[in-house]
Amino acid sequence: MKLYETVIGLEVHVELATKSKIFCSCSTEFGGEPNSHCCPICIGLPGTLPVLNKKVVEYAIAAGLALNCSITQKCKFDRKNYFYPDLPKAYQVSQLYLPLCRNGYIEIETEAGKKRIGIHEIHIEEDAGKLIHDAFEDGSLIDYNRCGIPLIEIVSEPDMRSPQEVIAYLEKLKMILQYLGVSDCKMQEGSLRADINLSVRELGSNQLGVRTEMKNMNSFKAIARAIEGESKRQIELLEANKAVIQETRRWDDKLNTSISMRSKEDAKDYRYFPDPDLPPMEISQEWIDQIKGRQPELRDEKVERYQRDYGIPAYDASIITGIKKLAELFEETVEICGKAKEVSNWIIVELMRLLREEEMEAEDICFAPVNLAKLIQLIEEGKINRTVAKEVFEHIFKENVNPEEYVEQHDLSLVSDDGLLRSVIEKIILENPKSLEDYRNGKDKVIGYLVGQTMKEMKGKADPSMVKDIIYDLLNP
Amino acid sequence: MKEITKMTALALGQMIKKKEIKVFEAVLAQLEAIKQREPSYHCYITVLEEEALQMAKKVQEQIDAGLLEDSPLAGVPVAIKDNICTKGIKTTCASKMLADYVPSYDATVIERLKAGGAIIIGKSNMDEFSMGSTTETSYYGATKNPWDKERVPGGSSGGSAAAVAAGEAFFALASDTGGSIRQPAAYCGVIGLKPTYGTVSRYGLIAYASSLDQIGTMGKSVSDCASSLELISGYDPKDSTSIKESHFQYRDALVEGLKGMKIGVPKGIWKAGLDPENAHAIQEAIGLFRNMGAHIEEFEMESMEYAGPSYNIIACAEASSNLSRYDGVKYGFRSMEYEDLEDLYIKTRSEAFGEEVKRRIMLGTLVLSSDYYESYYKKALKVRSLINRSFQKAFEKCDILLTPTTPTTAPKLGTSLSDPLKMYHTDTYNVAINLAGLPALSIPCGLDSKGLPMGLQLIGKHFGEKDIIRAAYNFEQSGSLVSNGNEF
Repeated sequence: MKLYETVIGLEVHVELATKSKIFCSCSTEFGGEPNSHCCPICIGLPGTLPVLNKKVVEYAIAAGLALNCSITQKCKFDRKNYFYPDLPKAYQVSQLYLPLCRNGYIEIETEAGKKRIGIHEIHIEEDAGKLIHDAFEDGSLIDYNRCGIPLIEIVSEPDMRSPQEVIAYLEKLKMILQYLGVSDCKMQEGSLRADINLSVRELGSNQLGVRTEMKNMNSFKAIARAIEGESKRQIELLEANKAVIQETRRWDDKLNTSISMRSKEDAKDYRYFPDPDLPPMEISQEWIDQIKGRQPELRDEKVERYQRDYGIPAYDASIITGIKKLAELFEETVEICGKAKEVSNWIIVELMRLLREEEMEAEDICFAPVNLAKLIQLIEEGKINRTVAKEVFEHIFKENVNPEEYVEQHDLSLVSDDGLLRSVIEKIILENPKSLEDYRNGKDKVIGYLVGQTMKEMKGKADPSMVKDIIYDLLNP
Repeated sequence: MKEITKMTALALGQMIKKKEIKVFEAVLAQLEAIKQREPSYHCYITVLEEEALQMAKKVQEQIDAGLLEDSPLAGVPVAIKDNICTKGIKTTCASKMLADYVPSYDATVIERLKAGGAIIIGKSNMDEFSMGSTTETSYYGATKNPWDKERVPGGSSGGSAAAVAAGEAFFALASDTGGSIRQPAAYCGVIGLKPTYGTVSRYGLIAYASSLDQIGTMGKSVSDCASSLELISGYDPKDSTSIKESHFQYRDALVEGLKGMKIGVPKGIWKAGLDPENAHAIQEAIGLFRNMGAHIEEFEMESMEYAGPSYNIIACAEASSNLSRYDGVKYGFRSMEYEDLEDLYIKTRSEAFGEEVKRRIMLGTLVLSSDYYESYYKKALKVRSLINRSFQKAFEKCDILLTPTTPTTAPKLGTSLSDPLKMYHTDTYNVAINLAGLPALSIPCGLDSKGLPMGLQLIGKHFGEKDIIRAAYNFEQSGSLVSNGNEF
């Protein structure tokens, strides 16, 4: 068998996090009763007209700048015409001829080092509604809530060669957009969806093979499997001397194969033309500069700053900044308690563990940074030990409890009464005469055993180093 | 007292203000006239008897309370072309597709009319979705020309024009995409004013061709048109193509004297199939303007011969997209029987659109398809900018332009639809103005030997409404010509 190379380009649709829709003032909130976030404009009633939400352009420019694109200062909207019940005007407002952003790139980490993935263009468009098949009535219902939610479509160059590169690209993209605050990129709610353009060619060839497109992929795992599966299918075709047909296919994750939807021959003619209801946009350099000036710190800058200003290791910094929510939590907590390395440890060890165990996304973290800060404070002050602290942290994580109150209510403070501790330890030594003997015979290990017994007796509410001191004291009269 | 329905809108408004006529009297008189004359002319798709009387009561109360002082049209009945959305009132576009469609909101112009106390008396007939030049493509049947019931009133705003001419409305709102206000105004012997694109909000105007559509007014006098246009003009944040201008005091232009005004006459108008009688009337009008002190200059204008084809391509292209939303899914007509989604679309649209609408949708679909986009649509846009430049050059030489409104007077009913190209030709003096977005009006300039009114078109610069209003006002004041030469 010959050696093949897979060539992949992505079209990623991202819902922008504006409060209102692209051409009317309806809410963009996810969920909500069907057709409750609708008005005559977004359902395209006769006579209505679009008025562009400026925030949409601002967010799209911010994304373009962060992805190193040039901004088209004279840009236009075009209508993409096709019939479908989820599209109430029977055209989607999009940008074909003059997209807002062009010629950008992002850098991803690969096994072979850094790699640049080109961004061909980013354009603005409106989302369509949702069709729900009603099996009981054998009919379809339409929910127009999503109609008119602003989207950007980020079109990459065909620069990726493996599922790993695609995932790295998507993760980087997601992170940048989340850091910018232009999208929440929640794949499960459909606010980030990817179309995969894929072809294969003989290794070393510089000509592109015939590509297929797989639409609306909405999980990283499915994307990785789809790429593997579709490359395999195309290679098998070529090996059998058959041609790959240019077509749109749908990846069926359950069957682990792609299914043909329509070929290029019956591809629709969308009859794009400039939307006469929306005058061309003039984007001033001043506006671009303003947006540039407000651009928040992105990951690479944060990693550097965390090491420099907070003195945490590069490893910690890169993990924390990997998710915007964690970086925010870190910064806010450090702001309150000042203990950067301690905060970083709690996030990297305990918080990450709980997220894994509870199968939660970092975006769903709901406790207040002040509670983590207080917890760290309690440890510092010797009021609780680490074992207790871990227990309290679980409650902070799950119920956002105030650790001070929680410790008090559950009587978890350390016993620092020297007399009480001494009497407990004396009792334990008396009950373990062998340990005393072992100690006298030079077996230091026994100290650890006695500390453990004491902590057990104290239900964890003692400071182990204090206990140790008392034991030494008692064993060495 | 003069019969109420013979008055101009402003005269009636004034008498209402002076409490010489009650609003409900005016409305009753109007409804009575409609009842008598509708069987002959069929100007309306919907007459709003109850709503108008209720509105009359409300407006009278406002007037009695000293409100609406600055509103010269308070209490005056107005006809609204049935492609302008009226909340709670059927708005059909004269199509089977929207025969039962009731908008959930008022167009911006309707809000402004209501705020000014005008009384909406009915929704007037039109060509289906404004596509036509005779009002014969209406699903509700043709409107007849009040000057000759055998003839068409013109179109697409034939119902509005005929209503004003027949005394079935004091003034009317209509829309003009390629002459749809001016051509029927000429055929019916009334004044029709299409303002600069962007002057009047299109929010609530059911679109035919968005880059060409503009709402304007029709009336019995230049003053009526100027006053009603003033009422509905102005920036609207709901329409992105509406212009942030504030020079809408059109009544200021109603002043005597034309000394020094430079009027240009494009030489091309004398060809273009102009009827000799109309040509003669235009010559006389030119003489009249000259006598009033205006300078007349004739010159060639480039590219005008391409206006028609360019207009047809652009209008149909936009229409094919604008009318796609009528698919039987959400509102409007839906075919009774269909097999699947595709079939639902095909049957619904085949059954509910008329021939002319289908023709223009197909033409528009063709010129936007990827194989023809460059050679048709793109070329039409280039012509459009050439035409713009040609007008710009002309306005370097003159203040306004003068042309006939139409090449002939109104044709007989039933003679136009069989030959669409001939019908399109009746807009030959009109369409270039929409391509350039300029203001223009039509004013009667005499009757031909058949006793039918002929129209004169005056074209202004962008936002040059005041120039054409002033010229038309002086022309009207010269008193030599018709407005209400018929039985009303």
